[in-house]
Amino acid sequence: MEAPLLKTTNLEFEVDGKTILKGITLTIEKGDFLTITGPSGSGKSTLLKIIASMLSPTEGKLCYQNKPVEEYEPTDYRKEVSYCFQTATLFGETVKDNLTFPYDIRNQPFNEKKALSALKSVGLGKEYLTKSVHALSGGEKQRVALIRNILFMPKVLLLDEVTSALDEENQTIIRSLIRNLNQEQGITIVWVTHNTVEIQSSNRIVHLVNGEMEEPK
Amino acid sequence: MNLAINNASLLFATALVGIALIVVYKEKLGLGKDILIGVVRAVIQLVAVGFLLGYVFNLNNIIVTLALVLVIIFNASFNAGKKSNGISNAFKISFIAILTATSLTLVVLLLSGAVLFIPSQVIPISGMIASNSMIAIGICYRNLNAKFKDQRQQVLEKLALGANLKQASITIVRDSIRSGMLPTIESAKTIGIVSLPGMMSGLMFAGVDPTYAIKYQIMVTFMLLSTTSIASVMASYMAYKEFYTESKQLKN
Repeated sequence: MEAPLLKTTNLEFEVDGKTILKGITLTIEKGDFLTITGPSGSGKSTLLKIIASMLSPTEGKLCYQNKPVEEYEPTDYRKEVSYCFQTATLFGETVKDNLTFPYDIRNQPFNEKKALSALKSVGLGKEYLTKSVHALSGGEKQRVALIRNILFMPKVLLLDEVTSALDEENQTIIRSLIRNLNQEQGITIVWVTHNTVEIQSSNRIVHLVNGEMEEPK
Repeated sequence: MNLAINNASLLFATALVGIALIVVYKEKLGLGKDILIGVVRAVIQLVAVGFLLGYVFNLNNIIVTLALVLVIIFNASFNAGKKSNGISNAFKISFIAILTATSLTLVVLLLSGAVLFIPSQVIPISGMIASNSMIAIGICYRNLNAKFKDQRQQVLEKLALGANLKQASITIVRDSIRSGMLPTIESAKTIGIVSLPGMMSGLMFAGVDPTYAIKYQIMVTFMLLSTTSIASVMASYMAYKEFYTESKQLKN
């Protein structure tokens, strides 16, 4: 039997003596569309950040492709297991500055055609490439941020309530893109969300309460 | 030499401290104690250093001269490190940066013949270099702390995309270097128009022809540009890594 793509074993996370996560054992298979739900402060974002290697667990183990995450070079791991923040922060001056970044960090020349096609896939025209990041709405920023994560396809996409601050139109665009990434490109999705539509489109749901996991059968 | 200062004139000059104390008292600034401590410390430190330098200048010994230069660098590094506001290894980083900046600049000056390897030239010049490096490094640390706080989310986003530490921090590092070098560059622009700096003023006080004094000031200006750039680059490039954990995560 093939090893799970990601596996957490008894993950614990404490900060200033306060337990945020406790005994999280979770396997994520290739191609999964997993949503993590739970009340505010239940540790959802912390779990996602640990999986993204943006935080290290206090106790427990996280394995990726059957190897402890610490054995990977963090920069290589994060290119494969890509984390998208709840509130997108764009850097530089223009949208292009953000879309060239994934190429710059890989020492590759910018592929403008691919970037324009990615912008189109989230309903943003080619004129957006040279737009100032300060002139974008919250929804547009979030869409650009998401493109930044998928210009080079990761194996796992971790989404931290990426639609929570968006209007219905932007939510629909992003949901459709995510569904497409999972179903047509085989990208594994781990999505922290409260949204019923998003929860329903997943094939697995994990519920966190006070840092502990309840996975419905 | 037409240097006319004596102990009596110094005593009269303390009236100037009185003016500062009156301002502080009238405006209720609560700085009276600090001024008095500052004045007493300045007098004691300067008297001590005056005697020490007099002794070292007369001794004219290479090892003693270099030892004193090292003490100056050590003190400058200690003070720069104190301004780091919690950056790990700040003393070590400051020491390496100030030692390199001082050594390189001093070697160039010695090789060019602008400065002679005698205590009365090497020690004051080293003091000027180390002190300016210390100030530049302090500004770099302050800037790094402020930018890593303000741009925390941007740095996190870059790390999450798979950037290495340098790629995630480069805009902050460059900004920090710029901030460390800027005061020296700005001061170079106004030199002679706004300020008649220490080296030049000192020589003119001692009766040296101003056209000769400016040659030394030009040398000092170039020297400070070099030293602040070396110190800022080295300190910023070494210090930014201290904002991350071993797992290449941003520290809290």
